[in-house]
Amino acid sequence: MSEDVVISTHDLTKFYGRTPVVDRLNLQVPAHQITAFLGRNGAGKSTTIKMLLGITYPTSGMGTVLGKQILDAAQNREARCDVAYVAEDKQLYPYMTVEQLVRFAKSFYSTWRPDVESRLLRQFELPPTRKVRALSKGMRGKLALLLALSRRPSLLILDEPSEGLDPVGIEELLQELMTASADGVTIFFSSHQIAEVERIADRACIIDRGKLRMNISMEEMRQRCRRITIAFQGDPPDRAFNFPGVRRVRTDGRQTVLLAEENVDALIELARREGAAQVEVDPVSLRELFLETVKEGHDALV
Amino acid sequence: MIFKVNPAVGQPLYIQLIQQIRHAIETGLLVDGETLPAIRSLAAELVVSPNTIVKAYSELEHEGLLELRHGSGVYVSAKRRVKSRADLVRAAQLKVRKAIENLRDEGFSDEEIHRMVEAELFYASRAGRNA
Repeated sequence: MSEDVVISTHDLTKFYGRTPVVDRLNLQVPAHQITAFLGRNGAGKSTTIKMLLGITYPTSGMGTVLGKQILDAAQNREARCDVAYVAEDKQLYPYMTVEQLVRFAKSFYSTWRPDVESRLLRQFELPPTRKVRALSKGMRGKLALLLALSRRPSLLILDEPSEGLDPVGIEELLQELMTASADGVTIFFSSHQIAEVERIADRACIIDRGKLRMNISMEEMRQRCRRITIAFQGDPPDRAFNFPGVRRVRTDGRQTVLLAEENVDALIELARREGAAQVEVDPVSLRELFLETVKEGHDALV
Repeated sequence: MIFKVNPAVGQPLYIQLIQQIRHAIETGLLVDGETLPAIRSLAAELVVSPNTIVKAYSELEHEGLLELRHGSGVYVSAKRRVKSRADLVRAAQLKVRKAIENLRDEGFSDEEIHRMVEAELFYASRAGRNA
């Protein structure tokens, strides 16, 4: 495998009954980056993550994590030594106290960092003698993050990490993720908090109904994606803008709105040649791209 | 020095950062020898990917505006060539400000002005390339 790819799947598929939850997913996650895994509820995010970690067995297809086959139990175990995972439900062990759980987790890892542990215990204000069961959802999330970061993994996988956290907690979480990333940890996290993804991610992968719909660098998106609003004096020309790089064409009265991933310059020129009265160019947000991508998929169903 | 990045603007974050640092150097806000925050602390402060900071810093290092000393920090290296540019930048700033003021006087909103500038920049870069 390439050293630069930490997660790679090939036609990874999972059926629950007769429904494909993950449907021939081909996903590549580069090393040393922050990759967001975006999708609606039930799009297949958690199932994909569980297959990568050997928690759920795929129906078909294959994949590697840190170069180790996920279908091979021994290899998968090896990979998991270097992968930390913060689960969506953050169950942990309800009958242990914070202190006990930290001591318990630490005994498994030779790479444990006491400095990170004590810094985060203080910063997250976790009460050492309280039982996990008595912690709030937010506190359990922080504890799970502490356990994951204190291990110094090479890959950190988080399933909806900010869910249940208040705004201050989210900020703390994101700052810790940035620090870990600066220390060389590759981060792969699922989310539907588009605003936070837009801020921190190097790359966004959009999954919808089990399929990967988009895998885009955020900086490329900012650089290249544009919404072009073209106003005409009369009726807009038909089909003129079915052009490579145009993700969507929408016509509303005398206005045509294009969502373009590339060829913006050529499209502006084309608009002028078609007699546009006015051309406006705006940046496209991840939210807009996400909605278009997900909607497009559902249109295709009809 | 406080930097800020806006993910909603159609411009890569590392370029926003580069422009702010370059601008601060050109206008004398950052002077030769001054230090900038380390990658990990700036990433945590701005809550952006460290790769964004790395990319901005290394590009500025390539331009000779920053010096990255391993383990010790990030230093501004504002050579004389930059200082002579400071006046040009100030003059240009004034022109832009005047143009914006004129458009506002004519009743255009800031958002409209913003869009016009963006469309014009695209158009100009296309025309330039074809020339």
